Amino acid sequence: MARRSLEPVLWLLFSAGGVASALFVPILVLLFGLAFPLGWLSPPSYEHLYGVLRHPLTRLVLFAVCTLSLIHGAHRFRFTLYDGLQIKHLNELINLFCYGGAIVLSIWAGYLLWRLS
Amino acid sequence: MSERPAYTEYHPRWLRRQPSTYWWLERRAYLSFITRELSSIFIAWFVVYLLLLVRAVSRGDSSYQEFLAWSRHPVVLVLNVVTLLFVVFHAVTWFKLAPKAMVVHLRGKQLPAALISASNYGAWVAATALVLWLLLGG
Amino acid sequence: MGDKITLQVTRYRPEEESSATVQEYEVPCPKDWVVLDGLNYIKDRLDGSLTYRWSCRMGICGSCGMTVNGEPKLTCETFLSEYGHGPVKVEPLRNFPVIRDLVVEIGDFMRKLVSVKPWIIRNKEKLLSDGEYLQTPDELDEYKQFGMCINCMLCYSACPIYGLEPGFIGPAAIALAQRYNLDSRDEGSAERLEVLSEHDGIWGCTFVGECTEVCPKHVDPAGAIQRYKLTAALDNLKSFVIPKSAR
Repeated sequence: MARRSLEPVLWLLFSAGGVASALFVPILVLLFGLAFPLGWLSPPSYEHLYGVLRHPLTRLVLFAVCTLSLIHGAHRFRFTLYDGLQIKHLNELINLFCYGGAIVLSIWAGYLLWRLS
Repeated sequence: MSERPAYTEYHPRWLRRQPSTYWWLERRAYLSFITRELSSIFIAWFVVYLLLLVRAVSRGDSSYQEFLAWSRHPVVLVLNVVTLLFVVFHAVTWFKLAPKAMVVHLRGKQLPAALISASNYGAWVAATALVLWLLLGG
Repeated sequence: MGDKITLQVTRYRPEEESSATVQEYEVPCPKDWVVLDGLNYIKDRLDGSLTYRWSCRMGICGSCGMTVNGEPKLTCETFLSEYGHGPVKVEPLRNFPVIRDLVVEIGDFMRKLVSVKPWIIRNKEKLLSDGEYLQTPDELDEYKQFGMCINCMLCYSACPIYGLEPGFIGPAAIALAQRYNLDSRDEGSAERLEVLSEHDGIWGCTFVGECTEVCPKHVDPAGAIQRYKLTAALDNLKSFVIPKSAR
């Protein structure tokens, strides 16, 4: 009964995470994954980056993007395991791994962003 | 679902073909779908990468420089290149499909899907510009 | 393009064998022939034992769905000339049990259609004396596309989720539910939600989108499903915030 009522909420979070990750992650990967390491653009100075990151609005938005993206990824990966590998009979384990992982990483995100101040 | 069928589902002479474990290789559309779904792993990886960056920044300048150096490591670079490909694929397919779920009505008529699509792409451009301005300008 | 083409047709004779075999036939292929014409030629001239379903031969009855070269198609709408020199592989529709040769069992599909209550549901029936329901062209446009389904089951054949999980309610059933949910005359959304929100309902769909690709009538079941997911999810949220009695 509980699983029946969780699916709609999970889907909404998945959708929100899809939007958040689609909007923000590509440019962040381009910058911090490629442009800065490869020297195409010079990375922000420590002072500048720290100033941007510790702003409460940045921390809030970053927390939301991280958490939602994690839930989005977890939800999608769960169904990939169900359908791709056809291991739906292990669904309890899969749910624990996926959503549990997302929750643990979200808590870590919250802790790290809180500690920035 | 209250009526009983005239015969049971168990019918030994019907040929039932099970999908193969590699069903997703059988058609291009299925492969494309699974690729899209696997982008989830790379999204999760990049969130971890971002959090490692945040942790490095919170520990001070030398930690931040160490992180930047680590990000230049060939394995990390290759991983992030692959991540970029998957993440862009996710974004492009997401914006293509999202209008199907969001049907907006104005004065009784449905707004054309192209308009919803355009506003999604607009938001993407705006978000990208915001991040660029925050990190490189401002 | 020669004047003959080879059809590789799946045969399955349950009284003789326990697995399917492939039999090859050479049929003529005039420019305007479809795969169904080829099958009819086989049945009339070459092998009267070939068993398959067809009816209108013009893409409206939904009977002749089969897997042609790996793709779910209506054989009455698929021209032989599309396949050049051939060969053309004709198999029964995937994801369904095969009764014989190219005939598949459709009972599961039929039961699922009925399960979404595909009729106008009213809280209180209108009396005849009250006159007809009135509907504007815009109100008709809301659901008309989803009403174009000819129940050909190509979408179920294309849906990998249905193949993996036969309990999944499937694209056509959900599109049909939407046809009624979005009809201004209908008041049965809540009743249908109970069926569709179940374990094997809409939440199993992962938006592969193949159902829409293969639909011969452009019903766009994938779109119907995603739109319904949003409606159902928001409705679910509302039920947490506003108690049912107040709604």
